[in-house]
Amino acid sequence: MSRHYLHVDPTLCVGHRLCAEMLPELVTLDDFGYPIISPDPLPHDLGRRVRRSVGACPALALTLDGTPGRRARRDEQGPGTPSG
Amino acid sequence: MSLLATAAELDLDLPRSGPWTKRLLAGSRLGGAEPLVHHVSRLGGDITDWTGRAGPDQLLDRLRRSGLRGRGGGGYPTSDKLAAVRRHGPGSVVVVNGSETEPVAGKDDLLLRLRPHLVLDGLLAVTRILGARQAFLVAHSAPALAAVRTAMRERQDLTLPVDVVRGPANFVGGEESALIRWLEGGPALPRYQPPRVVDRGWRGQPTLVQNVETLAHLGLVLRLGPDWFRGLGLADEPGTMLVTLSGAVEGPGVYEVPIGTPLPQILQVAGADPEAVALLVGGYFGSWLRAPEVQGLALSRASLRPAGATPGAGVLHLLPRGTCGLRESGRVLAWLAAQGARQCGPCAFGLPAMASALNEVADNGSVEALAQLQRWGDQIEGRGACRHPDGAVNLARSAAVAFPEELQRHRKGACGGHRQSSLPLPPVAHPR
Repeated sequence: MSRHYLHVDPTLCVGHRLCAEMLPELVTLDDFGYPIISPDPLPHDLGRRVRRSVGACPALALTLDGTPGRRARRDEQGPGTPSG
Repeated sequence: MSLLATAAELDLDLPRSGPWTKRLLAGSRLGGAEPLVHHVSRLGGDITDWTGRAGPDQLLDRLRRSGLRGRGGGGYPTSDKLAAVRRHGPGSVVVVNGSETEPVAGKDDLLLRLRPHLVLDGLLAVTRILGARQAFLVAHSAPALAAVRTAMRERQDLTLPVDVVRGPANFVGGEESALIRWLEGGPALPRYQPPRVVDRGWRGQPTLVQNVETLAHLGLVLRLGPDWFRGLGLADEPGTMLVTLSGAVEGPGVYEVPIGTPLPQILQVAGADPEAVALLVGGYFGSWLRAPEVQGLALSRASLRPAGATPGAGVLHLLPRGTCGLRESGRVLAWLAAQGARQCGPCAFGLPAMASALNEVADNGSVEALAQLQRWGDQIEGRGACRHPDGAVNLARSAAVAFPEELQRHRKGACGGHRQSSLPLPPVAHPR
């Protein structure tokens, strides 16, 4: 079975917080009200609820795919420069 | 064993002074742009001469064997990036990134002003490898633009259209996706990835965005070969790199050094003040190193990694005596917060909060503010569309650990540092 990961497009997210209510196992909120998504692959038993949450995001900011997000690969690269 | 190879094996030029063995800045008369005739007589021939009968595959292989990594800060293997674009077949787009929006960086601008043909050689080489159909060259300053335009008129071998444009002035505008939006006529603001720009960049086309210095090295690699390139620098990090040095030094400016050159050696040659407070390595996204630490470190990813630093784009700033590293960092962090694109919540709200916390730490050494700084840094890292928040968090974290004596002094209400800033904080520029 392929692994799936939940992502948020931070340029679309405005902090409606629905995801954190619907998926408390995977989504917590930072001190500014924006979602912190678990970097781990999604547990299979959550599949339906995850898909419903993706559809429910008012900003359409949530996506599902097979690639881990940046927070899961933190040590890969330094921050570089703006001209990186 | 010395990490500094001799000039003889380069067949290029003898160093002007000191231990430098120059490649990009080799050649006579560094006063203005090197004309094409000098460039060609110094390095020989046009691209058909120096690439021989090698096809794109062989050229890419030559590049891979050189071990060249990007010099824009990320340090990504250049051949991998080219291969990612080339996967899509011919017709891709190349962007030469000389936007260099970092206030204390100047090496790309210098290279375009003095050695435009090295950069154009690199552009030509990647065009051959990729079969690119369109290119952009983005420069930061008017003199760099003028030098590039003159150099373009001197040569006939660039067969694809090359738009030479002035880059955006906003700090995040030099990021790959922001630069592409700017070239499309939009605001110079990063976009969320994926899709990566190597897959879908300018007008949806696969796009290679490559730093100016990287391309200059690349041109030389294909002319002189991977073994020549590996003749300087480290086995895992070969070649030279340009360093922009500012602050408490007698000779601020751009230096070319082999990767792996000891930091004390660079500082000594530049006439550094031995009483300086700390060295900022990696620019405004960088890390502070204190004097005892600097002694054992060299300018390489491997040497700096245990110290929590990276060479980045080679931007070094020596904090002058009498300045306070905490205050300086607080000012820069506030500036970085204001430079954000205001697109992503964690960055737009988190960085100003972190800047306030760091400035509170600088005011009174507050333990609570220090804890908040740590907490918010952990929350924000990796959650922007670009790496702007990550770079700012890196600077804040470094400041929090690099200045323990200052922290103690501030807790007692005493700060030795004066109020003026050593790092320049230019007015916030708009992304249009």
